[in-house]
Amino acid sequence: MTGAPRLPAAARAICSGDRRALARAITAIENGDPDAGPILRSLYARTRQVPIVGFAGPLGVGKSSLINLLVSHLRSVARTVAVIAVDPSSPFSGGSVLGDRIRFEARANDAGVFFRSMASRGAAGGVAAATLEASRLLDAAGFDVVLVETVGSGQVDVAIREIASTRVVVLVPHLGDEVQTLKAGLFEIADVFCVNKIDLPGADTARRDLAELVGLAPAAGRWTPRIVGTSTTVPSGIADLWGAIEAHESFLDSSGTRRTGERQRLTAEIVGLVRDRLGRELTRELENDPDLRRLLDRVVAREIDPRTAADRLRNAVRRSR
Amino acid sequence: MTQSKRASRSAPIRVLIAKPGLDGHDRGAKVVARALRDSGMEVIYAGLRQTPEEIVRAALEEDVDLIGLSILSGAHMALIPRVLGLLKKNKAGAIPVFAGGIIPDEDARRLRSAGVRAIFGPGASLEEIVTTARKLARPAA
Ligand SMILES: Nc1nc2c(ncn2[C@@H]2O[C@H](COP(=O)(O)OP(=O)(O)OP(=O)(O)O)[C@@H](O)[C@H]2O)c(=O)[nH]1
Ligand SMILES: [Mg+2]
Repeated sequence: MTGAPRLPAAARAICSGDRRALARAITAIENGDPDAGPILRSLYARTRQVPIVGFAGPLGVGKSSLINLLVSHLRSVARTVAVIAVDPSSPFSGGSVLGDRIRFEARANDAGVFFRSMASRGAAGGVAAATLEASRLLDAAGFDVVLVETVGSGQVDVAIREIASTRVVVLVPHLGDEVQTLKAGLFEIADVFCVNKIDLPGADTARRDLAELVGLAPAAGRWTPRIVGTSTTVPSGIADLWGAIEAHESFLDSSGTRRTGERQRLTAEIVGLVRDRLGRELTRELENDPDLRRLLDRVVAREIDPRTAADRLRNAVRRSR
Repeated sequence: MTQSKRASRSAPIRVLIAKPGLDGHDRGAKVVARALRDSGMEVIYAGLRQTPEEIVRAALEEDVDLIGLSILSGAHMALIPRVLGLLKKNKAGAIPVFAGGIIPDEDARRLRSAGVRAIFGPGASLEEIVTTARKLARPAA
């Protein structure tokens, strides 16, 4: 192997199971700290493409409770697991109350489990900007499975598509109109539908309604979403839920879609990184550009319009590059 | 490391709020959690019935700058020093801990000498708690 950069001390610590180093590196990613870059660059080659399972669905449907029981299930079959639980940041104060940890039971001495709460920090789509790179770090740190809980705003939690290998959409009985809104987003991203709270009345109807919707779009060679019923208060269906997730993971391998899916996600990631960097550079350049001020005067004077000004500025930047 | 410390000064303060011990409610802790959020902090709310081991584990995994413990009576006196001891054992003794609740003066003195950095009685204003929490988390800022 060539080109694998020497591991920085923090990256070595993460690989040797230093949980504090791992926690600090995640913070560095979140904060855009310069320490994060070398760690991420050096550890990428160590990622093994472990299953990254996303949990989306409306507020309070039981995502955290399900993740808690899934972690117990995974530990009972000797697989290590890391969780990232995302909650929204306030658009006003920037602060956040991250409450998913409440549902997570005590595993004080189990080094095979890692739980991290993460604020969305203004990112749309149900996850934070740092969620993808943090989950990659957890992969490199050796966890066998990464579970990601999205913000829980329902139909807009679609950014999980860019992160997860398997997407679980969690719903509850009495879907009613919710099934309609699902069509507008979450419905398309689901690999597994989990009807939780089947201890409550209406579960059978909900599953039937869903089955009908899923059945509407069967296609050869494509994955047909599974539907699983679960309860976390009267625990049931958890092994089935994991079974459905694993079935999808196997399908990804047998059908070759893991590779194509990964290429798509990586394309989006790399293009996004370039766009962010160019955007920052461009903003800096333009703010100091004397042309901008001159153009602005003319736009204010109604001599040219903003679109024309933008065209000229863009051409000027292109020539100078 | 000095570089990263400087970079993180403008980053949101992360604070863990937990309530050790078996009994009680968490109304007070929730009110404090919301006040800290409204001041721009990221509050990891661990909830009721936390053992010192769970609290310290959460603090390390969440990489918090600060820990706030809610206690209802002197019955929890043994738990807080245990949290402080476990933090030290994990080389995390530098994470400041504050406490709130109905704490008799004598207990408050003992907690302070054990290393609790600030103690808020039922009369403390949210503003006072937020200001102190910020100072504890970012002493140089
Ligand atoms: N009856 C019943 N209640 C459940 C079940 N699972 C979760 N709940 C309850 O639903 C509520 C929300 O559970 P959470 O696990 O926090 O749900 P969530 O989707 O993570 O919530 P957010 O993160 O706030 O979106 C809690 O009061 C749980 O006790 C279930 O299977 N049956
Ligand atoms: Mg939750």
